Amino acid sequence: MTLAGLAWRYLWARPLSAVLNLALLSLGVAVLTFLLLAGSQIERALTRDLAGIDLVVGAKGSPMQLLLAGVFHLDVPPGNIPGTTLTRLRGHPMVAAALPLALGDSLRGFRIAGTEATYLDWYGASLAEGRLWGVPMEVVLGHSVAHNLRLAMGTAVIGSHGLGGDGQAHEATPYVVVGRLQRCGCVLDRLVLTAVESVWAVHARIDPTGVATPRANAVAEVDAGPGDLTIVLVRYKTPLAAAVLPRWVQAQPGLQAASPALETARLFRLIGVGLDVVGGFAVLLLAMSTLSIFVALVHAVRDRESDLAMMRMLGAPPARLAALVALESLWLALLALCAGLLLGHGLAEGLGRMLANQRSLAITGFAWTSDELWCIVAMLVLALLAAAIPAWRAGQLEVTQLLQAPR
Amino acid sequence: MLSLRGLSHGYNGAARLTFPDFEADGGASVVLRGPSGSGKSTLIALAAGLLDVQCGSLRVAGVELAGMANRARDAWRAETLGVVPQRLHLSPSLTVRDNLALAYVSAGLLVDPLRISELLATLGISAFGARKPHALSVGQLQRVALARALLRRPAVLLVDEPTAYLDDQTAIAVVDLLLREAHRADSMLLLATHDRRVLDALPEARVLALRSAPSDVA
Repeated sequence: MTLAGLAWRYLWARPLSAVLNLALLSLGVAVLTFLLLAGSQIERALTRDLAGIDLVVGAKGSPMQLLLAGVFHLDVPPGNIPGTTLTRLRGHPMVAAALPLALGDSLRGFRIAGTEATYLDWYGASLAEGRLWGVPMEVVLGHSVAHNLRLAMGTAVIGSHGLGGDGQAHEATPYVVVGRLQRCGCVLDRLVLTAVESVWAVHARIDPTGVATPRANAVAEVDAGPGDLTIVLVRYKTPLAAAVLPRWVQAQPGLQAASPALETARLFRLIGVGLDVVGGFAVLLLAMSTLSIFVALVHAVRDRESDLAMMRMLGAPPARLAALVALESLWLALLALCAGLLLGHGLAEGLGRMLANQRSLAITGFAWTSDELWCIVAMLVLALLAAAIPAWRAGQLEVTQLLQAPR
Repeated sequence: MLSLRGLSHGYNGAARLTFPDFEADGGASVVLRGPSGSGKSTLIALAAGLLDVQCGSLRVAGVELAGMANRARDAWRAETLGVVPQRLHLSPSLTVRDNLALAYVSAGLLVDPLRISELLATLGISAFGARKPHALSVGQLQRVALARALLRRPAVLLVDEPTAYLDDQTAIAVVDLLLREAHRADSMLLLATHDRRVLDALPEARVLALRSAPSDVA
């Protein structure tokens, strides 16, 4: 038995109090860990999804909606824009690259995006199996899509109208699966990619004139008719473009520009308030549990006065008694860290699976952030702080009086 | 050996305790006796190095305690002194073996499990090693406390009122046990007691008799 071993035994000499304190501390650590994990991963995922996109161009509407629909594929796009927008943007001297997106249909809940092959290059995605689409009506599945739907190469699949997955089925125009992407940890994972012409072809069958006909459901309004696009993603050639291009786009009739950098900053601010509130609670929880460790240690030292006095009698200097109390606190902190980190990562993994089912952001519990290191350091420092006064008192005990028989 | 010369001790707001000069060599047992308030507890605390020697000289096991630094006294106590306090002070949170191990941990040493087993066997309490103190009888507890004091083969075995609540027969047996084990461990036995029976059982022991403090009972 060492001093640490002795501290361990003393900790478990009061099992109820030990377990309660442990539960309180672990919860605090777990919530904090979860927030750190989720926060950092959401931020990283969103940043990754930006993929150097400088401007999102779409139909008039809210810029945030444009960003959510065009970059993150989370929201419904505001409407369609003429196909000529792409050529005009590509012709603009300040545009390095422009990429079309034609949205409107989905494959069992996963969005079908009509685009060009360079979309993959922007995200550094590569094929895991099969090939890219060559002719219209061929599709390449993102990693999560392939994983969920388990479609073999060459399978014919039928898209349905709208982005929700319960719209009218385009039975006359089946797609053929020709490829599957490797996991990229980005938005491509949950997209079904095809040529822009495929989307046009599907809607040409329904609506050969290309003229929008009144439709019952609002989501359906969104689909790109022949020649139309939904979104154009733009990369700048020069930083100067940031000042010029958005205004140029806004000046065009029916067009709206959204700067991903500005809008994501706004998004983070919105999410941030929520995260801060929950984070505040976690810190409060930690402070409370530190206080409860402090109270437990004060009681422990008082209950164990005579044990500690006897240790002095057996030759322990005051510093060793103080160390004993501090070690007990550190044991609690270490156990709470283990349990809390495990629970926090478990929660993150749970949320990740839930979000994966909802075809949303990719979050995993099998990752670390450097902030967790700070969490660990802070926990140990808190434990030592909580132990400071009880430890000092343990060193100051009146040994002679404590060892005397009651008279 | 134990030597007191011009030793006195004062607490704030209380009359100063003066101890008689005394000398005993290592082979002898010493019985420390005196009425309440005569400074018995104070002398024990001084001899254990728990209190600073304020005035005079106090030599225990050949070491002068006056002027020794706190830290040095802690180390000295761990090495030289085996103490059996009156209330025994076995930790209720720890098993018998761990209570003994506490002597090593307190001194900052590695636990010697063989020595613990050996002493438990010598004192006939091997069977209780894994039990907590509350499961033992008073006599067994006393043996455990004695084992803890003897672990490091102390030069001085300091026992405070070992027979206070015992019947005559048991009291004699305890004194015999202490004497035998002190002899076996080559320790000087220093017994603090006001029990007549102990004195009778140790006819050849040196007696250090303390007087009650002069103006204490006013």
